[in-house]
Amino acid sequence: MLNVENLVVCYGGIEALKGIDFNVEEGKIVTLIGANGAGKSTTLKSIVGLVKPKNGKISYLNKNLLNVETKNMVKEGIVLVPEGRRVFPDLTVLENLKIGAFVRKDENKIKEDLEWVYSLFPRLKERTWQLAGTLSGGEQQMLAVGRALMARPKLMMMDEPSLGLAPLIVKEIFEIIKEINKQGVTILLIEQNANAALHIADYAYVLETGKITMQGKGKELLEDENVKKAYLGQNTK
Amino acid sequence: MTLELFLQHFANGISLGSLYALIAIGYTMVYGILRLINFAHGDIFMMATYFAFFGVLTFNMPWYISFIVAIILTGLLGIGVEKAAYRPLRNSPKISILISAIGVSYLLENLSIVLFDGRPKPFPTPNIFADVINIGNISIQRLTFIIPVVTIILLFLLLFLVNNTKSGMAMRAVSKDQETAQLMGVDVNSTISFTFGIGSMLAAIGGLMWALKFPQIQPLMGVMPGLKCFIAAVIGGIGNIKGAVIGGFLLGIGEILLVAFLPSLSGYRDAFAFILLILILLFKPTGIMGEKIAEKV
Repeated sequence: MLNVENLVVCYGGIEALKGIDFNVEEGKIVTLIGANGAGKSTTLKSIVGLVKPKNGKISYLNKNLLNVETKNMVKEGIVLVPEGRRVFPDLTVLENLKIGAFVRKDENKIKEDLEWVYSLFPRLKERTWQLAGTLSGGEQQMLAVGRALMARPKLMMMDEPSLGLAPLIVKEIFEIIKEINKQGVTILLIEQNANAALHIADYAYVLETGKITMQGKGKELLEDENVKKAYLGQNTK
Repeated sequence: MTLELFLQHFANGISLGSLYALIAIGYTMVYGILRLINFAHGDIFMMATYFAFFGVLTFNMPWYISFIVAIILTGLLGIGVEKAAYRPLRNSPKISILISAIGVSYLLENLSIVLFDGRPKPFPTPNIFADVINIGNISIQRLTFIIPVVTIILLFLLLFLVNNTKSGMAMRAVSKDQETAQLMGVDVNSTISFTFGIGSMLAAIGGLMWALKFPQIQPLMGVMPGLKCFIAAVIGGIGNIKGAVIGGFLLGIGEILLVAFLPSLSGYRDAFAFILLILILLFKPTGIMGEKIAEKV
């Protein structure tokens, strides 16, 4: 569905991505794990056109994505749940969700989707009229995911949804990601929390200082000695 | 001072305050979305009066047609200024775009001196506005009533637009986070153009009513009202539409009453606005309804 080839991105003279290749198959959960500064967010930003790559190809459903403007990504069925949630703090919960459906014209379907989002996140329904800035971190993350779903995406990309959240909330969010995927949304998940990400991923890539160093099925990487040592904090001896 | 006289001054204050409010809204809207003080706003206000002037006297349009044309042209002028002078600098440091705004201001002032001649021109006032209404012992120009009514209607329309429509939602989203708004499919450029268009049209309506109230127009007429309305926007809390209106009314009423009660100080009426600005900046820098600057991270 999404195919990235030899992607090179520079900030000033520094190469943040040194030519990475990866593939997101339709209907799957694919994750890119890596430490701070590995180039994870840069990868997502180049996919949605917020950062212009120096080199490489990004194609989506056989279309060259490099020519698509950021504001038109959502029409292509691509949404990004940005790092740090970035909900609109002085818009209400309902308005945040509505802005997720900004480019859609099918009012009836939008209403159905609103109910769908509320059924995934009942907490948001209770807080419909509250300003998003007054929600807790976990609720804001739910809102950011809900807002993205309101676009009826084919591909949902998430940048560190676990950031700054309590372990129980992280678990809850990841359960919901799995559920959303079951309902037909392909997911590209970027995470530092390798343990949580690998448990739900069908396929995973490990990104280290701008290069992909390992890849495999989520379960396989969970068992891999190197991954265990570097990302899962387990002593293998 | 008799009650009648006080009421008469008060009505004048409200009417002047309404004009300040209309122009202050434009400052506050642009600041809200771009974090820019659009110093050319006062000159855009001036241009509106010339558009209407030439509409009536050169093209022989009836005054109402000429006013509508002037409002539309001024809206387009605002959009044009943003496209030509601010958009190319959007990712530059804030100071560059501010300097560009000052440049546009001088450009419009001097261009109109060249094109329209620097001498003041009498603005044609239709009789419908000039009639005097007598209530008891108070006699007031009809215009003095029309101005606040027009302002309040426009304010409600604007608040409806901002709070209850899709375009308004886009404006609020863009003002907080352009990048995320883009990801949601919001067209940031057209939202900003729209904001400049609305702000400039409100300035045009303010300008036309100003010219009816003080029927003499000249190329530098926008400078002092422009500065005062900027002050009004700061008093109310820049970025906040209701705040700009409150600031406008406070400034207008305050200025007129100062002159009425202390006629010996009437030469200082412009200084009053600036003293108020200094006091606000000292004691409540975010203004009456201003947003808190510290944000939760």
